[in-house]
Amino acid sequence: MERLRRTMMFVPGNNPAMIKDAGIYGADSIMFDLEDSVSLTEKDTARMLVFEALQNVDYGNSELVVRINGLDTDMGRADIFAMVKAGVEVIRLPKTETPEDVIETEKVIAEAEKFFGIENGRTHMMAAIESAEGVLNAPLIAKASDRLIGIALGAEDYVTMMKTHRYPDGAELSFARNMILHGARAAGIAAFDTVYSDVDNTEGFNHEVEIIHELGFDGKSVINPRQIPLVNAIYAPSEKEIRNAKDVLNAIEEAHKKGSGVISLRGKMVDKPVVARAQRTMALAKASHLVDEEGNLYAE
Amino acid sequence: MEIKHTALAGTLESSDIQFTLSKGTGVEINLDSQVEKQFGKQIKKVITDLLSEYGIENVNVRAVDKGALDCTIKARLIAAIQRATDTQNQPNWEVLG
Repeated sequence: MERLRRTMMFVPGNNPAMIKDAGIYGADSIMFDLEDSVSLTEKDTARMLVFEALQNVDYGNSELVVRINGLDTDMGRADIFAMVKAGVEVIRLPKTETPEDVIETEKVIAEAEKFFGIENGRTHMMAAIESAEGVLNAPLIAKASDRLIGIALGAEDYVTMMKTHRYPDGAELSFARNMILHGARAAGIAAFDTVYSDVDNTEGFNHEVEIIHELGFDGKSVINPRQIPLVNAIYAPSEKEIRNAKDVLNAIEEAHKKGSGVISLRGKMVDKPVVARAQRTMALAKASHLVDEEGNLYAE
Repeated sequence: MEIKHTALAGTLESSDIQFTLSKGTGVEINLDSQVEKQFGKQIKKVITDLLSEYGIENVNVRAVDKGALDCTIKARLIAAIQRATDTQNQPNWEVLG
């Protein structure tokens, strides 16, 4: 079953208090940042802080991601070596423009794994796309490495480059979001939406999450723990959707028992995409604590 | 390993610890912590263990603790050592392993 990634919480890599508490908010993924949120003079100290935290702090079931400095800086290589050694699950590339950016980073990751005697391929990657070129290359970037688990839109740099800014209706991001989403889906990996920085504007945030949920994004990057339950609430399936998903999965089980190949439910054929949707609905329902382990609604 | 010059790492924010390392004779630790009564020994042990792993025998350590976890103490001291020995981008993987 594919991992749920509704929320990816950004945590500045040089803030011990936030690093210590990052695991208590229930984010599906936690992204420790060594890049833009860390001043140039503190890159070395942040690297060591995240290096130690990854090995010593219990973050429960959250997926652990680190955004490194680019390989075009003198920090990128040291970041990769330290994070691979610390056993991070995913290394996030900033400002990915071309598939070559992914390939170059993968080479250094492989080199670090070899250096430390770590199994080749253990460290996964994701790529943040933050420019016009990156958006146009999204389908190629998404297929550039088997290590990639997803690609993400970073909108702040992108809208500046596009000579616009963020608007409530999201029209300025429509093309980028669709490119990234299609690139990710064609490669069979996850798609993450950008952050929403006005943390006190709940209405605006919810509206944006509804847009990306409808489009089909796996989840959203969040910069404040308060945004996590808001995203989860929008991604939580309705009772009707859960009942329908359960009926689909029951019908499949029944049919398998009978050895029947073709399955129908209430007169409609149940095919592979319907089953995949039902499985995702049940996974979301479980993660939202709406059903028990057997898939029964708690409300009943 | 020799301390080349005075170096500082960490902040005075909550959950952090700030280290200042300078040249000295022998290892001298000056710890200022609100939890010194309860955790002073443990904090000093983290510091002396790490200094010894780095083979640093002559250093003055000034530490101002604001309730840091052991892993934060270690991270900040490693960063201070790397700065004091000009090895920020050449981590000692034998110690860090």
